[in-house]
Amino acid sequence: MIFDYISSFLGAIPAAVIAGLVPMVFIIPFALFAVYWERKVSAHMQDRLGPMRVGYHGFLQTIADILKLIQKEDIVASAADKPLFNIAPVLTFTGSYAAFAAIPFSSAYIGANIDLGVLYIIGVSGLVVAGLLMAGWASNNKYSLLGAMRSAAQIVSYEIPTVIVILTLFSMVGTLNLYELSELQSSNMFNWMIFGGTVTGWKKIVLIPLMFAAFLIIYLTTLAEVNRTPFDIPEAESELVSGYHTEYSGMKFAMFFLAEYANMFAVSAIVTSLFLGGYHSPFGYLGNTIGITWLVPIEQFFWFAFKGIALVTVQMWLRWTLPRLRVDQLMVVCWKYLIPLSFLIFLIVSLLMVL
Amino acid sequence: MNLYDIIFYLFAIITIVSATFVVFTKNIVYAAYNLLLTLFGIAGLYVLLGADFIGIVQLIIYVGGILILILFGVMLTNKITDVPIKSGVLQVIPASIGVGMLAGILILIVTNISWRNMELTVPESTIGSLGMLLMNEYILIFELLGMLLLIALIGAANIARK
Repeated sequence: MIFDYISSFLGAIPAAVIAGLVPMVFIIPFALFAVYWERKVSAHMQDRLGPMRVGYHGFLQTIADILKLIQKEDIVASAADKPLFNIAPVLTFTGSYAAFAAIPFSSAYIGANIDLGVLYIIGVSGLVVAGLLMAGWASNNKYSLLGAMRSAAQIVSYEIPTVIVILTLFSMVGTLNLYELSELQSSNMFNWMIFGGTVTGWKKIVLIPLMFAAFLIIYLTTLAEVNRTPFDIPEAESELVSGYHTEYSGMKFAMFFLAEYANMFAVSAIVTSLFLGGYHSPFGYLGNTIGITWLVPIEQFFWFAFKGIALVTVQMWLRWTLPRLRVDQLMVVCWKYLIPLSFLIFLIVSLLMVL
Repeated sequence: MNLYDIIFYLFAIITIVSATFVVFTKNIVYAAYNLLLTLFGIAGLYVLLGADFIGIVQLIIYVGGILILILFGVMLTNKITDVPIKSGVLQVIPASIGVGMLAGILILIVTNISWRNMELTVPESTIGSLGMLLMNEYILIFELLGMLLLIALIGAANIARK
């Protein structure tokens, strides 16, 4: 869409580059804001004030931090594997950035409107895992390696319930295209997939609790995929220093941080587009009411960012509320509870759709 | 040279260069990571050929699954990179004859077959028709493959218990 528009007056190759850079315009301010927001949320939950010095209520704190990180010396441990050590942050960020290509930000902007949107996102998130393993191994540090191992094991196992829940949705709506899926959830809050989608009658009543459970499952599993508490054993500070990025400093550390926050938004965006109506407003659009049609995509972008940031806020809230799970508990939660439950939901929903 | 040519050559170069690295590097972890790039490049080539589903499944299964398992195995094995990997030149004449014959046959096949020239079109999404075929014509094979995988899974779990 945006690619066609730009290529109409710039030619295909510059258009590809520009269209590829558009999500960056969103990710960097988002990461800056989210780091600040996380510190504020955690501070207020613990009866502190958080950063207060730089700007109004510390609003510019993250920018100051970034300026500080840029000036830091770039340290590579002498026993580390230099090439892999340097590539790992880039690979991790590439994986999380590539996911943004298929996310529908509004009806006017979706990087690549492909029919396999969600599967593509799951596919490229494999690069993130490879990047984490690379970071852990190249650091040549036991804590780092252990953190990377845990992270990879966790992400690989928690991908299974995620995919089953996504499969459930697709057996309901019959499309894997995130844009079409968002369009199906338009016009009314009760058309959102969490309320059973566009299905009507008694089936909808049966579907609502199932869809709520599916939503919770996918939210939990995506939480595990971005290594957030209660699933943050890969970087458990009390046992592993800080996992795979123990040895990283300066801008490389910042890159991991950026990748983590980009990932947090990416998974929230997926959950939003799958279950919470995507970019659609729950109420209808001001632009339609007063007859300014170009306002509608902007409102849609606002709603999408709003839902995404709300889910990110819940992730932060959980982080500062719950203790982390042990490794064995983690695997028990995934294999003994989430996977059978998601299979059960899948079976019941498929049965309902056949009836 | 249009955009698709550039993308094709990019993926082709990634695939070939990293595949060469996989063969020639002596560090097994480097080999594993170069294999990641090879598989990624092949996925890109699949997508360029219009096989979007196969491309993405390649990413999910090979990059997200099998390669991660390989890396896991490599990294869990302590000090594996210090093991000297034996590589030298053995049996030069038979090997070059064999490789030369294989190359000759491949070149013959590539040059002699009248390949079908397709019109350049924007490819349709394949997943719908693929699902139809799997669920109608090839349902028996599909189910049998499912059974096979289930048996393998149970067998693996059984071995792991011992």
